[in-house]
Amino acid sequence: MKAFATIAWLVMRKDLTIEVRSREIVYTTLFFAVSCVLVFAFSFVRDGRALDDAAAGILWIAIAFAGTLALGRAFERERQSETLQALLLAPTDRPAIFTGKLLGLLILLGGVEIVLVPIVGLLFQAPIFARPMLLAFLLAAGTVGFVAVGTLFAAMLVRSKSRDVLLPVLLYPVTIPVIIAGVRGTAALFQAEVDEPMARLWITMLVAFDAVFVTLALWTFEPVMTE
Amino acid sequence: MDRIHTDRGLIEFDTLSFDDVSRRFGRRRALAHVTLECRAGEVIGLLGPNGAGKSTLLAIAATLMSPSTGAVRYGSLTARQAGGELRARIGLLAHDLYLYPELTAIENLEFFGRLYLLPDPRRRAEAALDRAGLASRAGEPVLAFSRGMRQRLALERALLHEPRLVLLDEPFTGLDDESSRRLIDRLSALRSGGAIVVVSTHDLEAVEGLVDRVAVLRDGRLAAVEQRPAALRDTYRRLV
Repeated sequence: MKAFATIAWLVMRKDLTIEVRSREIVYTTLFFAVSCVLVFAFSFVRDGRALDDAAAGILWIAIAFAGTLALGRAFERERQSETLQALLLAPTDRPAIFTGKLLGLLILLGGVEIVLVPIVGLLFQAPIFARPMLLAFLLAAGTVGFVAVGTLFAAMLVRSKSRDVLLPVLLYPVTIPVIIAGVRGTAALFQAEVDEPMARLWITMLVAFDAVFVTLALWTFEPVMTE
Repeated sequence: MDRIHTDRGLIEFDTLSFDDVSRRFGRRRALAHVTLECRAGEVIGLLGPNGAGKSTLLAIAATLMSPSTGAVRYGSLTARQAGGELRARIGLLAHDLYLYPELTAIENLEFFGRLYLLPDPRRRAEAALDRAGLASRAGEPVLAFSRGMRQRLALERALLHEPRLVLLDEPFTGLDDESSRRLIDRLSALRSGGAIVVVSTHDLEAVEGLVDRVAVLRDGRLAAVEQRPAALRDTYRRLV
């Protein structure tokens, strides 16, 4: 178990070190996510008032699109120098490599969300500080489920020529429950009168999705990566 | 020389055996019915024209690929039986060098040392950089390196954990004469140390006198295996 944690930590630290030097994923995903929110703001905010529940949907669309971009780029790096093969050749539990990649992507997307949520709050007058801990927990739970499935699919598709097209085609249908739960939970928190029981219900569902998705991804990573 | 112990222990094997190994990619046949045994303490030259199946055979030996039919045994074990313990004993230098261009030379080696759970990975990485003649460039990112420097670094990465089975795909690519000589000395030392060394190359002059046997692949089939061929170029021309 110690070796598993060590390898996951190493892979995560390596990914973050490379990202700190290149800043490629953070800048592209952030730019993409903020642009997405701005475009929607021009459409859904009239006379300073946003459509009901628009903020929640737009926040999760931006997270999903930016997440897909980050997933693709994270594995494109491993593909370009074939370093994924070197990771798979290491005498470690291969799910530890998956866990490291997952943690690295979660930290990157978490950083994007820290910038994105205040922008959504500002443009759509969403009460992001009404229940900040619940909102943070909901975003974390939703992001874990989305990125867990995405990391598995991105790793599977790393050798496919059509990976850029196939990743969203495979990822979005499978993660629809996570995105719906995220949108409904966030909408409950963004209402004028916060519906806390409803938000907690959706968070519980997200945690259940996470448990299923992370377990399935850990279980299937080794067989799908062994050609 | 330090003995390598992962947290999983250490496995030893004296032979690498391909038993009627075939590999298909869709309808294309990359390898057909290859049977070959490589023994500890010998250097095998894997020769053949482009597309003959040399890299596929090395990838199968490295456990990165499964054969479509047939079996590969490491001593008496298969890759499935031995798992991670076996991978700890394999060193692969592939055509792609498996280095992170954004990381420095020492960071690359230290990362892989830690990944293999080696004791004192920093010291090992420094010693490896010294052997590669890259100690003065340890702190530079690999993307600033020439192809030859990357090749030398990648070789050290492949040998960092002192593998029992050494698989080298075109190891002389980009190397100057001095580096090629050093590599040959290194391979001779590995042979003396009891490693199983398989070298795929087109650089016949470089491995002349080094290889104990040559296995020649043609169209995925093992065309011939010869003991210590006297004139490698002539042997190659005759067989291919």
